Amino acid sequence: MLEASGVSKSFGGLKAVDSASLDVQAGEIVALIGPNGAGKTTLFATLAGFHRPDAGRIVFDGREITGEPPHRICAAGMVRTFQITQPFAKISVRENLMVGAYLRVDSRSEARRRAEAAATQVGMAGQLDRLGAALTVAGRKRLELARALATGPRLLLLDEVMAGLNPTEIAEIVEIIRAIRASGITILLIEHVMQAVTSLADRVYVLNQGRMIAEGTPAEIAGNSDVVEAYLGHGAAKVLRA
Amino acid sequence: MTRQDLLPGLALVAAIALPLVAPGYLVDVGMLVFFLAFIGQSWNISGGFAGQTSFGHAVFFGTGAYTSTILQITFGWNPWLAWPAAMLAGAIVGWIIAVLSFRAGLRGSYFALITLAFAEAFRILANSLPFTHGGLGMLIKADPRPANFQFRDPIWFYYLALGLCIVSLLIAWQLTRGRFGARLVAVRENEDAARALGIDVFAEKVKALSLSGAIAAAGGTFYAQKYLYIDPNIAFGVDKSIEMLLVTMVGGAGTIFGPLLGAFALTGINEATRALASVVPALKNVQPLSLIVYGVMLILIVGRLPDGLTVLFRRIRRHA
Repeated sequence: MLEASGVSKSFGGLKAVDSASLDVQAGEIVALIGPNGAGKTTLFATLAGFHRPDAGRIVFDGREITGEPPHRICAAGMVRTFQITQPFAKISVRENLMVGAYLRVDSRSEARRRAEAAATQVGMAGQLDRLGAALTVAGRKRLELARALATGPRLLLLDEVMAGLNPTEIAEIVEIIRAIRASGITILLIEHVMQAVTSLADRVYVLNQGRMIAEGTPAEIAGNSDVVEAYLGHGAAKVLRA
Repeated sequence: MTRQDLLPGLALVAAIALPLVAPGYLVDVGMLVFFLAFIGQSWNISGGFAGQTSFGHAVFFGTGAYTSTILQITFGWNPWLAWPAAMLAGAIVGWIIAVLSFRAGLRGSYFALITLAFAEAFRILANSLPFTHGGLGMLIKADPRPANFQFRDPIWFYYLALGLCIVSLLIAWQLTRGRFGARLVAVRENEDAARALGIDVFAEKVKALSLSGAIAAAGGTFYAQKYLYIDPNIAFGVDKSIEMLLVTMVGGAGTIFGPLLGAFALTGINEATRALASVVPALKNVQPLSLIVYGVMLILIVGRLPDGLTVLFRRIRRHA
């Protein structure tokens, strides 16, 4: 469904993403992990059209979308959320979601209906009338998710929707993400919460210093010494095995 | 139907009845209020709903005033026909300014300064070009016939301004309930999130400024027909830009009734300070006193009521 090959993106002298490749099949949940500063969010932003890649090709649903603007990519069916939540602060949750829903429908009542459906899907139907600014961290994360859902996507790019949540809230989000996949939406997610990654993801990609260093099932990744070293430092894998 | 829903209807009836009972002076003041509310609403669409603060909306107002006046004087057009042409000109100028500044990625104060620069450039051009008659300004020959967009009885300008104001309110109302308006608000609140949700931010901003330009230009033609005289300072001066911004900010940017409430407040202050200055000799040389009061009011509003006077109304309604 999504195929990125050799994607690179530099900012000044810094190579944030260095010839990274990944692919996501329809119906999968794929996780992208890596230490802080690995370039995960930059790669996401590049996939979603927020950055133009310096090199590489991005193909979504058989169509090349490299360098296309975000609104076209969103219209094509791939939508991202933001790690640092970006609610429309001065309007209600319902209106936030309607902005997403208006991508596919022109009618106000239909947009409302879709907004409410998206809110129900993420369990925030009771907060439809609250202002975006009045939400808690957990509420904002759900809003990000619901707003993306309201656009009627086929592929969701979720950027750390669990960061900053407590274990109960994480368990809830995990269930929500499962249900979203069950409804037929493919998911690519960046996540630091490893327990969630292992329980959700079919496959995991590991990015370190802009390079893709490993790919496999969660179990394979957990046993990969390159990955362990990327997180814990050079030589760590050997120490752990000893 | 609750009591609050009746309020706009009652206000409308009062507005229609006013000229039949009130003295001519009040009819003139009322005309000014509705006219200001109308051009304020133009600012509100791009500045309030879409969040693109402009310091130079006079560029559209003046474009409208000059377009219809030149068509009328130089080319012999009927002013009613010149009116839509003026609106088209305003929309085109809005489109051009929007494309140039938003392509260049200008936001916030940079965009505001660019609009100011455009208005000043237009003012200087109007001052020096032959077809605008330069600094002399343009005088429309008085020929008070309705077919000529001139009326002997000022009541008709009052009703026309009221009609324009109602149209502008309907446009704003439509923005609060439709897709276009929702997208403008999304752009105002957070451009990145708007883009992620499939909104072509650039295109929406261009549309907003074109629409805004057309409306301000309609106000320019109205002004020219009412006073039968324009010059570069009246048409493109900073005063007009500030007025349009001020009524909206004071009343409540991004709300339906903000510009109307702001127009009421500012016109009221204007009339009150003028009356005060004519009574209190010490204030005679403080001219115009209204500007000082405007300034203080703006500071208070920005500091205490950033959402404008409409908030007060909402609070009252909640307690009612």
